[in-house]
Amino acid sequence: MAFAAFSSNVKVDAKPTKTGKVVIALLAPGLAYLGVFFLTPLIALIMVSLQVPDPTGVYGKYVPAFEIGNYAYVISEYFPHIIRSFSYALIATLLALIISYPLAYFIGVKARPWPLLQKLMLTLVIAPFFISFLLRTLAWKQIFSNESWIVTTLQQIGFLGPDQYVVGTPFMVIFGLTYNFIPFMTLPLYTSLERLDIRYLEAGADLYASPAKVFRKITFPLSLPGVISGTLLTFIPIAGDYINASGEFLGSPETAMLGNTIEANFLSINDYPSASALSVLLMGAILILVTLYVKRSGTEDLL
Amino acid sequence: MAKEFVARGADLELKGIRKEFPGFTAIENLDLKVPAGEFFALLGPSGCGKTTTLRLVAGLESPTKGKIFIGKTDVTETKPHERPVNTVFQSYALFPHMTILENVAFGLRQRKIEDPIGKAKEALNLVQLGHLAERKPQQLSGGQQQRVALARALVNRPSLLLLDEPLGALDLKLRREMQIELKAIQMEVGLTFLHVTHDQEEAMDMADTVAVMNLGRIEQMGAPEALYDRPKTVFVAKFLGQSNLLVGDVGSTSANSLSIEVAGNKISVPKDRAEKHTGKIAIGFRPEKATFHTKKPSASSNLNIIGPGEIVDIRFTGVSNQYLIEVPNLGDITVFAQNMGQSPVIELGEKVWISWSVDHSFGLSDLPTGSETD
Repeated sequence: MAFAAFSSNVKVDAKPTKTGKVVIALLAPGLAYLGVFFLTPLIALIMVSLQVPDPTGVYGKYVPAFEIGNYAYVISEYFPHIIRSFSYALIATLLALIISYPLAYFIGVKARPWPLLQKLMLTLVIAPFFISFLLRTLAWKQIFSNESWIVTTLQQIGFLGPDQYVVGTPFMVIFGLTYNFIPFMTLPLYTSLERLDIRYLEAGADLYASPAKVFRKITFPLSLPGVISGTLLTFIPIAGDYINASGEFLGSPETAMLGNTIEANFLSINDYPSASALSVLLMGAILILVTLYVKRSGTEDLL
Repeated sequence: MAKEFVARGADLELKGIRKEFPGFTAIENLDLKVPAGEFFALLGPSGCGKTTTLRLVAGLESPTKGKIFIGKTDVTETKPHERPVNTVFQSYALFPHMTILENVAFGLRQRKIEDPIGKAKEALNLVQLGHLAERKPQQLSGGQQQRVALARALVNRPSLLLLDEPLGALDLKLRREMQIELKAIQMEVGLTFLHVTHDQEEAMDMADTVAVMNLGRIEQMGAPEALYDRPKTVFVAKFLGQSNLLVGDVGSTSANSLSIEVAGNKISVPKDRAEKHTGKIAIGFRPEKATFHTKKPSASSNLNIIGPGEIVDIRFTGVSNQYLIEVPNLGDITVFAQNMGQSPVIELGEKVWISWSVDHSFGLSDLPTGSETD
């Protein structure tokens, strides 16, 4: 299962020998919570996604049905948004990985002789969380606003045309997504690299592998659990994100992602079945992609 | 250099090596020459600098001062992956994400040697693990992992094979088996082996030459028999086997021997077996070279006699008994007696004299701690 990638890579073979009443009693609150707040809404969502408009024609009123066609409709109607969501998520995840890996490697491996520096750098990675995600995103909008010196300078040196701006472009949205999710990539990478046994790297060098080869053949494969949890922790929320791409923040209608269309259908157009169908589609697509990804990368082989 | 598929060993030479770490000096000033094809052991207690020496040769550390030569080439500045050297690490360091076969083929693949898988299989058969090729390292026992680590290093036919206490984690029986196997492999492939260990028995059993290291220096170097027969310092006498040491001022001197007086006993050592011929010296002898007598043996010019003393402890070790004899004003003397028939030969509390041949005495260059001044 996909969630195995988040857990530690220690395989527990022992099975509980007794499932007594105490176990059931301890599990009950959690199960009840999941039942009420996860399973019920999920079923409700799927049911709504199959509803049809009220035959009497009341705006925003839908009746229970089994209209699979809703899915075909949203796929054809919002196909560009679906592609855009997953492309943005893929690009932002890769960028976050490329930026985070050297950072995590430095903190987790190179800075080992200086624990104080390690702690300081980790704190700096987490520090942005002390300020609201929305505020930080708005701050970036301010920095790249049309009148900002960055944009005017870029226009003056001819990098941007006189009518071209940064806010509202795919670049700005991907930039925002990458920025906001970097800590979710860095922390799992750090956790995995921090435990990396340097002796394997020495053994690699001893066996004629150049530093680049040692990285490719030993360091990276051994940090794969961290890479997988990091990419999942960024890819999944980015695919469903609607803050960065929304027109009120860094995006524009041209950059709308699935999250924005779901929001619009639910709150503006009042097309609940379409919104629900999109939500179910997003969930299903992520589930399939993540399962394939985890299976492909073969994390179960790692220790 | 590393590109070449070498099949024979090369000389190793360390010249004036010094290695400092922040806060301490691991190696003071080390000169060492290991001839090609030899099994060379660096023996010493933990923290004596032997593992650091090995890491310097492998290129995993660089010396503060000095030069390292492999063959005739200066490799002091060469990166580890460019040195014709392979290491069997103390922790084995088998890559956990690769199969045993891929582990062994790793070095061959890096050097683009033809048919890495075939050669790796051959190497695994050499250590009798061919049937485990597809397993992962963590599915193997300690002894099996050790043999994989050996195969992974040997398969590259390095000029020089470094062994960093590779048998340390094994139990006694397995260790003995591996020692025999390792020696046989070394004879067969004819590579130069540099073996680091703190186990004196292992070093003496396997090596052609043993260098005893202490506090970042080599105390003494030579064939195991020579080192055991004639240790030159207190450290070597105590670290390599057991020794009884007696300290006194040199008194009478004859043409080829000198003597000291200890608690009324005259102890002699041949001049050519003594490091120091004047002043206060320490004379030692091995416990198994001595015998004890219930009556005072008649004095002879080639026999050292001390006693009488009292037997205070008898230890049964199987092949021999170890007797601890307390001699007044002289201290405790250990004597080993083989168990050949009547055992024990003597009871606790009995009065005995101890004798050994003058030719089995050895005179040391330094004094045991605590006896320098009195």
